[in-house]
Amino acid sequence: MKAKKITLIILGIVSLIFPLVIRSDYYQHLVIIALMWVVIGSSWNLLAGYTGQVSFGHAIFFGTGAYTAGIFVTKLGMSAWWGMMFGGIVAMVFALFVGWICFRLRGPYFALATLAGGEIIRLIVTNWESLTEGMMGILIIQSFRSKLPYYYIALTLAFLCVFVIYLVMKSKWGYYFVSIREDQDAAESMGINTTLYKNVSLLISAFFTGMAGAFYMNYMAFIDPQVVYSLHYISIMAILVGIVGGVATTLGPAVGAFIMVGVQETFRSAFFGLAPKWISQAHALVFGLLVIFVIMFLANGVLGDWGKIKRYVFRIKASN
Amino acid sequence: MGKDQTIRVQNKGIELIGLRRRKHMALLEVKKLTKAFGGLMAVNNVTFKIERGEIFGLIGPNGSGKTTTFNCINNFSPITSGDIFFKEKSIKGLKTHKTCHLGIGRTFQVVKPLSRMTVIGNVTASAFCRVNTIKEARDEAYRVLDFCNLLKEKDKLAKSLPIEGRKRLEIARALATKPELLLLDEIAAGLNLSELDEAIDLIKRIRDKGITILIIEHIMKVIMTISDRIHAINFGQTIAEGTPQEVANNPEVIEAYLGAEYAQG
Repeated sequence: MKAKKITLIILGIVSLIFPLVIRSDYYQHLVIIALMWVVIGSSWNLLAGYTGQVSFGHAIFFGTGAYTAGIFVTKLGMSAWWGMMFGGIVAMVFALFVGWICFRLRGPYFALATLAGGEIIRLIVTNWESLTEGMMGILIIQSFRSKLPYYYIALTLAFLCVFVIYLVMKSKWGYYFVSIREDQDAAESMGINTTLYKNVSLLISAFFTGMAGAFYMNYMAFIDPQVVYSLHYISIMAILVGIVGGVATTLGPAVGAFIMVGVQETFRSAFFGLAPKWISQAHALVFGLLVIFVIMFLANGVLGDWGKIKRYVFRIKASN
Repeated sequence: MGKDQTIRVQNKGIELIGLRRRKHMALLEVKKLTKAFGGLMAVNNVTFKIERGEIFGLIGPNGSGKTTTFNCINNFSPITSGDIFFKEKSIKGLKTHKTCHLGIGRTFQVVKPLSRMTVIGNVTASAFCRVNTIKEARDEAYRVLDFCNLLKEKDKLAKSLPIEGRKRLEIARALATKPELLLLDEIAAGLNLSELDEAIDLIKRIRDKGITILIIEHIMKVIMTISDRIHAINFGQTIAEGTPQEVANNPEVIEAYLGAEYAQG
């Protein structure tokens, strides 16, 4: 318990002074992206890990948040930072629709419905050119040249998201969410309005994912539907972050986010230029292998199976 | 004098009204309940009343529609026709979680523990039905677990309990919602003899708390010793109702359970 606290404090200090020590834009960029994935992964984890409603459509909320921020600039002529406020709320409106339709289904059928929902919204956004500029995407001017402000905004957002979800899971809602995951019929007979609380979970999840999307718009300054509504780069990545880090653990998705962004970047850059170029093309393959490895040996994710990893490492040390 | 008398007459009137009301106020009234799955009449025109404070047994051979009746009462499956009254109000079509808030708790024949939660977590989640803070819910969970003799297992995961413990967890979870009517679905199935006695004792203690019980049971030792009245159904239809003794001697019941030869002899 004490060791845990000390680790958390050290992590907090490191995350606060990181960009002041490491001045490289490249590494700062990687950590900013990882922090954004902490938000998306944790949100996905609330819905899928804790409430048991596996979503393959988190791109809906991410893309909606991003486009809200973008449209604030192109249509309303306001700062994209307004999108940080409203991105989450607009994502919640979309979540109401998704929940209304998809929560009639259970288990894998729900997952498939969200997957279809994501693709439908991507096509709508691609074709509704008068509002979204379609495939041209939206280009804005970044507010800051330095990465520092973005870093601290992302850090605040990540901290807020993890902390809020932690508090929610400690409350009555947390008990309700886990009950719904474990047995929906039993939960219903215990007096839990399962439809309502599944929607509550989805709304919280969508809110933070939308905020992350709006942040992405502000930070990257360019979005198009193929990126922010991507099944592969957003929806599936959100699932991988959750699974690799540890489903239904508070900090699992945070760990997963750093691992996944690290792995992605390592392969995308072909081991930072050291390996032959073709490796960068194979990064999807590596993702697949990583997931197979995690499911076979660390079914509860890196954090969920931390004890197992520790035992294994100690065994290797002892045998040396 | 005259004034006094009128008051007395009025009082008498009120008393009479009170008596009449009490007489008719069954806690649960199932009226001509019918549930069809396609062409199969799982429950067909079943009518019964449960009074406050009694233990009401529901028996019948396998597949006779007992669990379906339960599922209709707390609306797991919508009823085809008929009506169900709880405290004189129709609960037909009311969502399951709402019937729970009204005061109907239930257990499942095929137990449904929240496997990856602790035992106390299971009961705490259920206790939120009546209270709002974590502390109150925990306290209630402690009380209920103590009542059900599960306190020493409280930190185990629900999936690690043996079947007997899971059945008691089902009861504890239902009790934590503070029901007025408790539906027990075969809680004694699969228990050994000493566990049976404990289960009977537990049911009696629940009754002594003032909770009305509707129980489905196959084990005659349990149902015959604790029930005040028994309702027997076969192929979804009522075949007998009365005290345990009456029902046990009813030829139709004997026929349903043992075959026609036994009923004649």
